[in-house]
Amino acid sequence: MKVTDKDVAYVADLANLELTEEERARMLRDLNSILEYIERLSELETDKVAPMAQVSDRYGVDESRQGSERFAYAIREDVKDGLRKSLPHEDAMKNAPDTDGIFFEVPKVIER
Amino acid sequence: MSALTIDDLRSAVAEGSKTATALAGDFYTRIRQEDPEIGAFLTLCEERALAQAGRIDAMAAEGKPLPPLAGVPVAIKDVMVTKGVRTTAGSKILDNFIPPYDCTAVARLEAAGAVILGKLNCDEFAMGSSTENSAYHAVHNPRDKSRVPGGSSGGSAAAVAAEMAIATLGSDTGGSIRQPASFCGVVGLKPTYGRVSRYGLIAFASSLDHIGPFAKTVKEVALVLRTIAGRDPMDSTSADVPVPDYVAELDKPVKGLRVGVAKEYFGDGLDPEVRAAVEAAIQKLAELGCEVVPVSLPHTEYAIPTYYIVATAEASSNLARFDGVRYGFRAKSTTLSEMYRLSRDSGFGMEVKRRIMLGTYALSAGYYDAYYLKAQKVRALLTRDFDEAFKKVDVIAAPTCPTPAFRLGEKVNDPLAMYLADIYTVTANLAGIPGISIPCGENHEKLPIGLQVFARHFDEATLLRVARAYERSSLVAGR
Repeated sequence: MKVTDKDVAYVADLANLELTEEERARMLRDLNSILEYIERLSELETDKVAPMAQVSDRYGVDESRQGSERFAYAIREDVKDGLRKSLPHEDAMKNAPDTDGIFFEVPKVIER
Repeated sequence: MSALTIDDLRSAVAEGSKTATALAGDFYTRIRQEDPEIGAFLTLCEERALAQAGRIDAMAAEGKPLPPLAGVPVAIKDVMVTKGVRTTAGSKILDNFIPPYDCTAVARLEAAGAVILGKLNCDEFAMGSSTENSAYHAVHNPRDKSRVPGGSSGGSAAAVAAEMAIATLGSDTGGSIRQPASFCGVVGLKPTYGRVSRYGLIAFASSLDHIGPFAKTVKEVALVLRTIAGRDPMDSTSADVPVPDYVAELDKPVKGLRVGVAKEYFGDGLDPEVRAAVEAAIQKLAELGCEVVPVSLPHTEYAIPTYYIVATAEASSNLARFDGVRYGFRAKSTTLSEMYRLSRDSGFGMEVKRRIMLGTYALSAGYYDAYYLKAQKVRALLTRDFDEAFKKVDVIAAPTCPTPAFRLGEKVNDPLAMYLADIYTVTANLAGIPGISIPCGENHEKLPIGLQVFARHFDEATLLRVARAYERSSLVAGR
């Protein structure tokens, strides 16, 4: 078993999940079974392989460009006039679970 | 309705022999008859559909030229946001979410005249291979209602198979368009990464997510792709690569094209009937004048472990936004931290929590190099496999799935077994190449089998051409 009860609790905490006792037990079993399967990646020698985070790194109109330069097509000059209007405030707040009409309201953040 | 094609419908609307409004009405009638036993739809948007149909009918009445999808009834996987129409991503955490804007692909379909009937069921946040992870209800495969339609775009495939929409949109992060297309006996296309804007697609794994079409025929799929493809200023990962006229290129000859066959896609675990059907399809391509060339994709066996690290790591980050603050479900609580936890705990289903946990674990201190970085490196190797193969061939043919549709409940308690249903589809997402699934026969239980074809980045034209040639020959054979 690679993952322990303690790991499950720690990772749940990082992920902002609480999880019931039953879910924690299931998670322990499932994560171990999946990670055991994933373990086979260590069979591969990859010291000299550059990591690939994005498909877009590998194509583009200009082959000579590398990395983020490949995204040059997505970059534009600053627009001074005629900017696209952002979502009207009222529309942006329509799905708010709790609002005073201007801000999203949440329970108190600082505990005394 | 089975013989209806996009071109027929558009002509009928243009000539006035059928109004778009009446057509939408026919489809809603069919949905009300068929869908209670299938479960493909989560939300119907009749008001929006009839308003659009009315606009098309007014244009037709005035004799104005009609757009290419005028009056065509379509439906959308519920992971694409629709202005004013509830969008859930199959999750309880978005049960009450009414988006304030439209997904680009949806807006483009509507601008081309399509009539959006409603939103389609799927695995929660597109995480699953059977649509059993929908927080609402399961989808039954129209070809055999005791079986799953595949997933995560199970509703999208089932709606087309049951003729409740002419075309649908789905999303594909590891096979979620191609696998359900295969299980339901329809055509499903995952385009190249960057081909179709993802603006308005609720993100699962951003480096792997794609939007693509389902329909009964390759031509229909080409028509929809032509409509939704192309650069979108709202998605910086949408590529500035010209969109060819996929429909015009469909019937170009395939003679002389080189079709790669990789032994790694025909190994242990492949159902013998699926193997036989796919091999027969490849033989058919050879008879059409294609040259069949053996290729090797040596890292294939590492695709699933790589995928489940990359996809879950990205998901753990993307799904952090669901915290009960700005939209969606909020649990009653007294502190902010408690609110986050309780909202996510009761809003997310088990598979979503499992993937968030796995992804968070893979990214956490001490494991990042061993899992996430390692997976990114293997992803480069998997992509290199395709680069090498495509030096020798124009397309690669393979099974879409190792088996036909499995039974509802069969794999629901074994996440790993469920993940392995994607064994032939995930690599195309990791490499970003286009892939299509087209029907290539049935097994002894009359369950559909899918042929998968891959092509080079942005070469959907060749992909569709080969698929069309195969489809045509199999129709001639009187399948």
